[in-house]
This record gives sequence, structure tokens and C-alpha cells, in this order.
Amino acid sequence: MTLAVRCQNLTKTYDTNSQIVTALDGISLDIPMGELMMLVGPSGCGKTTLISVIAGILDQNSGECELFGENLQHLSGKDKLKFRAKNIGFVFQAFNLLPALNAAENVAIPLIINGMNRHLAERKAIELLTQVGLGERWTSLPSQLSGGQQQRVAIARALIHNPRLIVCDEPTSALDHETGLNVMHLLKSVALQKDRSLVIVTHDARIFEFADQVAEMDDGHIINVKKAPLRT
Amino acid sequence: MGDKGKYIGIIMGLTFASLIMTQQPAIFVGLMSRSYSFISDLGLPDIWVMDNKVQFVDDIKPLQDTELYRVRGISGVEWAMPLFKGLLKARLTDGTFQTCNVIGLDDATLIGGPPTMIEGKLDDLRRSDSVIVDIDGATEKLGKPSLIPGGKPIPLKIGDSLELNDRRAIVVGIAKSTRTFQSQPMVYTTYSRAKNYAPVERKLLSFILVKSKQGQDLHELTQRIKQNTGLAAYTQAEFKELTYQYFMHNTGIPINFGISIMLGFIVGAAIAGQTFYNFTLENIRQFGVLKAMGTSNLTLLKMILLQAVLVGSIGYSLGVGLTALFGFATRHTILAFKFPWQLLVFSGAGVSIICIFAALISMIKVLRLEPAIVFKG
Repeated sequence: MTLAVRCQNLTKTYDTNSQIVTALDGISLDIPMGELMMLVGPSGCGKTTLISVIAGILDQNSGECELFGENLQHLSGKDKLKFRAKNIGFVFQAFNLLPALNAAENVAIPLIINGMNRHLAERKAIELLTQVGLGERWTSLPSQLSGGQQQRVAIARALIHNPRLIVCDEPTSALDHETGLNVMHLLKSVALQKDRSLVIVTHDARIFEFADQVAEMDDGHIINVKKAPLRT
Repeated sequence: MGDKGKYIGIIMGLTFASLIMTQQPAIFVGLMSRSYSFISDLGLPDIWVMDNKVQFVDDIKPLQDTELYRVRGISGVEWAMPLFKGLLKARLTDGTFQTCNVIGLDDATLIGGPPTMIEGKLDDLRRSDSVIVDIDGATEKLGKPSLIPGGKPIPLKIGDSLELNDRRAIVVGIAKSTRTFQSQPMVYTTYSRAKNYAPVERKLLSFILVKSKQGQDLHELTQRIKQNTGLAAYTQAEFKELTYQYFMHNTGIPINFGISIMLGFIVGAAIAGQTFYNFTLENIRQFGVLKAMGTSNLTLLKMILLQAVLVGSIGYSLGVGLTALFGFATRHTILAFKFPWQLLVFSGAGVSIICIFAALISMIKVLRLEPAIVFKG
């Protein structure tokens, strides 16, 4: 089994108002390639900190975290940026689309960051928007789209550069039940591939069924990792 | 990003700063250039000779008429002519008095006359009791009272008369001359007649206007005149500079305008800087998203700088445009306004500093931004 993510004994503390808060307390976690892993647990249990460390946008205090065999802490700042730009896609709770750019321009951003010509990137973005059912809306601004449509644009943005890991933070929490399920179907069908893994942080128990594994967290620890019943 | 209201706010701030930084200096430059406009209008002489104690063009310390002959005798002098310049009171037809700048020109050559004649001829000054009045004075301060109460004065025209020091003066021409600092009406007449108009004094010669011989070095000639006569002699440029420096150092004008310009700069910087910073703060999550997705700090800084340059250019263009419009709208009024290209550079530099300042405080925020902010609710 090839691993997409391998975390060992991760610790992360925050210094807030002269009080040290431990967000991750010796966490070890493996995410196999081609699987969808869900991180669940109560607010403040360290889920967001863990995906931030996994995605290479936050440095741990101690422990090791490897993405596709690469330890990001050993990379220079510039190489880490390049690695992130090439290998990781992000889907956020609040979509975080740039409000002044239309759907196609938003989706094209990762390709432009990776050095692709803007016109070519936008052409590819329109193709992908068509795949996620928004081919007709590529000129729309985020404010002209519904929540579900915005999340589909965000998913297209996370996929456009063909990353090997997609990190999703509460992708369905801002959506109604039906739209949330549609988004999960989309993520499962379009995003998940043999050579691509998904990590989803969620509170939404209704979408647990889409996971290959569910890691339960509490107070900076992983207390349980179980294979989802439907997948076993 | 995407907030038109704030974008317009930044542009308005920069427009205001740019407007103040061009309009106020333009008025200042206009006012200061009026201080030596009389010298500029008299283009013909190369050198002005006067008493040593003269500090500026309106600071008249009369010479004896014999000084004229001494100057004429100096080698390198092509010709030297007398010029009377003095403030005399004119009695208007309604009995009121108006102080006028009376200029007495050499009787024979009429050198030193107004730059442009609108009506009549300069030669008409050879007629008895004749004077030429400048158009601004003729239409405003020397105009006859309106027949309608509160109406505009009726402009003085050829054939009208006024009294200068109880002596009759008949208008034989209307001229165009540049407004002076004090904006008093200009009344041109001959040197001998001006002496008659002026109160009796032992010395009445205000300036000696000198034309150098062809090929004569002007600085050498001024030195020679000083050595031979003990008087002060300046080239036209030097005399303008002397007058300009007097107004710069002995009046509150530069400080007053300087304060206005500084306030415009500070207010513009505060509005633009604050709005630009708020703009960045409100979009900090978007910057975080871009950082998380692998955008380098350098690219983000370029984005901020590009936005600053864009709003700066728009604000600057609008401000300069409004100033030009202001100048155009007031071109026929008493208001002094001069807009040389150097002011564009000056205000451009001011707006650039504001934009760099505004961008810099935003850049610091973005540089310190942790991309992990994107996952915070």
C-alpha cells in the first residue's frame, strides 16, 4: 500500500496570551493513496491544525510529516511553495473564491501559479467547469452563483492542476443537505482517483458514508481510526 | 478585491491629495511670477540699473537724472533710457480714488511700454495729457460706476479722462499687460509727464533701462556699470530672481502655501493609506488562499504594488485634470494661476510617496500572514 501522507508523533502548540495550548499531541496517521480520509471530532480538537500541517501551510513543533515521501520541513521556503502549488488542492468551508474574478478565472489560478499562460489556463478551466456542470456559468462572478455552485467552482479550482492530495475543510457545512450530498458525489467521482487522496475535515455525520477511513480526534489526539462500513 | 466603494474611496483620497498638491502650488507659482511680471513685460532692455538699496521691483529708491548720462557713457552700452515707476492716486469720475502704478517712458523712444496694445497706438502718448491704461484696470478698478446699482463698472475707453494728482489725464489707448502682485491698474505715460503727475521730489528716476552692444557679455557690463556709477545693475533674470527672493523671504506666502500643500499631502496619505490598509485587511483571507495555493510573497507584493500604481495613476490623473480645469475656468479672473511641467513632477512624486506608503503597510501585513489563516472560521 502506497502512502500519500505519513505523519508520526506530530506535536503542535500555540502560545496564546502567555498560555500554551497543545493542538496536536503526538499524532500519528497514515493516509493511503487513492483513499478518502475524514477527520472528525469536536471543535478545538486539532483537526484544522492537522490538515494545515499535512498541507504544508503550518509547521509542527516536533514529529515528522511526509507527503508522497517528501518531508516538507526539510524543503526551503521556495521549494515548499512549489511543492504545494503542484501537489495540493484546497477546498474551503467558505469557498474562498476571489470575488472580483469570474468562475473560470478563479479555477485557472492554480495553473497560473504553476506558470501556465493565462489564456490556456482559462480554456482548461472552462473545460473543467463543464465537467462539474457549470460550463454555462464560467463568466459568472462568485456573487452570482449559489452556494452549491460556488463549492463546485472551488472543487474545480482544487482539481485543475491535477494535484495528488486534496485537502477539504468542512466542504458541506455551508450547504443544505441535498447540495452537500451532490458536492460529496462530485468529490468522490471526479476528485478521487488511484493516484490521488482526499482529506476532509468535517462535522457533518451525513457524509461519513463517503469516507474510506474516518479518523476521530479529541483533545489533540487521534482516538480512533475506522474503515467506513460501506467501504469494507 | 471587488469592493467598488472602497476603491473609489482610495481614488478620491489620492485625487484630493493630487489636486491640493498641484492647485495650491500653481496658485503659488502664479502669484510669485506676478511679483516680477513687470520685469518680464519689459522684454527689450538687457540690464536694469537702480539704487543699491532696492530690494525688489516695487521698492523704488529714486536716482538723480544725471545718473542716466553716466550710464550712457559706459562702454558696451548701446542705449540707456529712463523709466519712472510710482504709485499715484487717480481720482475717478465718481470722486473716489484708486492707487495706480504709473509708468513713465522715455519721451523720445517710448521704450518700456506695454507688451500688447489692444486699442490705440503707443505713439499716441506723444499727445498732450495722454495716458494708456491696461485692460484689467480699465474694466475693473478704473471703470466708471455702473448705471445700475451693484452692476459691473463701465470700462474706461479711449477719450475718457481721469485725474492723476489733480492733473488731467486722457486715455488714448488700452493695453494688455500681465497682472502685477498687487494687481493695481497700470497707467503708462511719458517720463516727463509722469514727473509732472508725481509729487515734487528732488529725485524721480526709478530705473535706467540699458541695452548692451551686440556681443557684449552682460555680466561684464553689469560689473562695469556698478564700478563706474556705484549703482546696482542686474540682468533681467537677476532682477527677477532678486524680486522673487524678496517675496519668498519677506512674506508669509511660501509658508501659507507650504502648509496647505503639506496638509493636502497628509490628508491624502491618511485617507489612501487607511483605506488601502483596510482593503488589504478585508481581503486578507484571499491573500491567505493564494499563499496556501503556492503563490510567493514576491507575487503578492507585486499584486499590491500594481493596485497601488493603478489607483495612484487614476487619482493623480483626476487630480491634475481637476487642477487644469480649475486653471482654465479661472483664466480670465484676478486669481493667479501658473501650471508649469515641474508641478506635474512635484505632485507625481507626492502621490507616488503616498502610494508607496499605503502599499508598504499592506505589504508588511501580507508578508507576515500565515497561510493557515484560510482554515480558520
